[in-house]
Amino acid sequence: MNRALQHGFLSLSLAAALAATAGCGANSSSTPNTGGGGNTGSGSPVSNVQSITVNTGPTAGAPYNNPYVDGAFTSVTVCAPGSTSNCQTINGILVDTGSSGLRILSSALTISLPQQTGSNGNPVVECFPFVDGVTWGPVATTDLTIAGEKAKSLPIQVIGSSNFPDVPESCTSNGMPEDDLANLGANGILGVGTYAQDCGSACTVSGASNPGVYYECPASGCEVTTESISSQVPNPVILFATDNNGVLIQLPSVSGAETSITGSLIFGIGTQSNNALGSATVYTLDPSSGNFTTVYNGFSYTNSSFIDSGSNGIYFLDSNTTGIPACADATYWYCPSSTQNLSATNQGTNGATGSVSFVVGNADTLTANPSDAAINGLAGPNSGTFDWGLPFFFGRTVFTSIEGQNSPGGQVPYWAY
Amino acid sequence: MNSRILGSLFVILTLPFPLLASLGGDTTSVQADQEKMQGSRQTTSSDSFTVHEIQASTGIAVKEYVSPAGKVFAVTWQGPAHPDLRQLLGTYFDQYSQEVQAQRAHRHGHGPLLIQLPGLVVQSAGHPRSFLGRAYVPQMLPAGVRAEDLR
Repeated sequence: MNRALQHGFLSLSLAAALAATAGCGANSSSTPNTGGGGNTGSGSPVSNVQSITVNTGPTAGAPYNNPYVDGAFTSVTVCAPGSTSNCQTINGILVDTGSSGLRILSSALTISLPQQTGSNGNPVVECFPFVDGVTWGPVATTDLTIAGEKAKSLPIQVIGSSNFPDVPESCTSNGMPEDDLANLGANGILGVGTYAQDCGSACTVSGASNPGVYYECPASGCEVTTESISSQVPNPVILFATDNNGVLIQLPSVSGAETSITGSLIFGIGTQSNNALGSATVYTLDPSSGNFTTVYNGFSYTNSSFIDSGSNGIYFLDSNTTGIPACADATYWYCPSSTQNLSATNQGTNGATGSVSFVVGNADTLTANPSDAAINGLAGPNSGTFDWGLPFFFGRTVFTSIEGQNSPGGQVPYWAY
Repeated sequence: MNSRILGSLFVILTLPFPLLASLGGDTTSVQADQEKMQGSRQTTSSDSFTVHEIQASTGIAVKEYVSPAGKVFAVTWQGPAHPDLRQLLGTYFDQYSQEVQAQRAHRHGHGPLLIQLPGLVVQSAGHPRSFLGRAYVPQMLPAGVRAEDLR
């Protein structure tokens, strides 16, 4: 977005990193599978294993001194469309199965990517609503490489671009902007959730039903606009040539608090030998809400519970109902005097049910050491939903399928574990 | 008399749903709160409060809880997008925004919001394309009404 940097900047270390990730935008590149995914079978399957790390993230040090807790980070390589040299690898990208679409902070992007324009030739800018705030910034196009997978001409959001500094009031009415590193806590968000696009059909229709996610921004000011499905910021996985029907996340189990853990983000479900459903139970989702049902101690969250790697804890009910006190200084977390071993039952719309054991620890104690990033037992109160955040992924293989894509689990979308 | 009836009809026809105030306001000091939502409205009453439910064409459902004293003491919402919180929270919006900002410096990551101040509670939950939340003023809850009753 910054013309001064249009010709890019490649340091030696960056060039080395790019060489190690099979270049970018190169159709002919074929490097050995170094991901440890054990690809076998006919042909030469691409490497579909991307390393992810639960660590304190890019805001751990000064001046932020705000270490991330229970966030899974990875890196992505983005190139100017069609280029194999104007590329950049960006780390500190949060892996989020609760949203769809790749979003990168403008401050982390050193290459120039072409701005998407609307039907009137005006730049398209997005106001994307997360649960705890909004991201504002232009839609740009890139060629993405992650593991051995490539998504060509991928629309992404560039968050916090200086080209569009003024966030419209209609956008901030949806939440507080998280448009810089201090507020986002990550260099970007890799949304690999159950939706194929970030908005879907609602954004293709003008008038009162439009949720106001996409804007056109001529010099005179920004106005809400319609955005076709193919122009919207999609789940990047659907643009992969193969392995495009979902992802699975594998993380080791965690006892208490640990400084960091490493696991895998594996692309595709049942497309290679390393991503078969195996004995996992498939829980299909209510397609309109993207939720399933969780029953906890007689309280049923009917079609209003979800699994979300982008939430940093398990969030459910309230202190009055659970009897678990909230922390005095951080009322958004629970602080029981001793660790609680609890269980809840998940139910898919397909009738599948299964019990889940989980722990609720004292968040004050668990987060006392600022070097600890992987914490089992972080939980807090929530209103009306049961949010299975990152601790749910510890010690599990969790599949997230994408709507509209063929998948071995049958009806989509679903979660399986 | 006739002109008066016609006048009332005119008001009803041009305002398909009554205008409600935002959090902390009263229903007599009517605001143009729902104009943007362009939706249908339903009212239900109990001994403790009246609920005005507005279903907007965006799919967002908003409930405004009005006390017997005529004050909006709580609002709740559910739908594929966030409601206009600036409008719904009214004079409490700035307090809410400041607290969200302050919390980010200590929160260590993303997740549902719980803003708990002595005079204001705001919760925001869910994920993109499936949000819900509520806001209320604890001191304004009518006797016998618990926050858990506000859904």
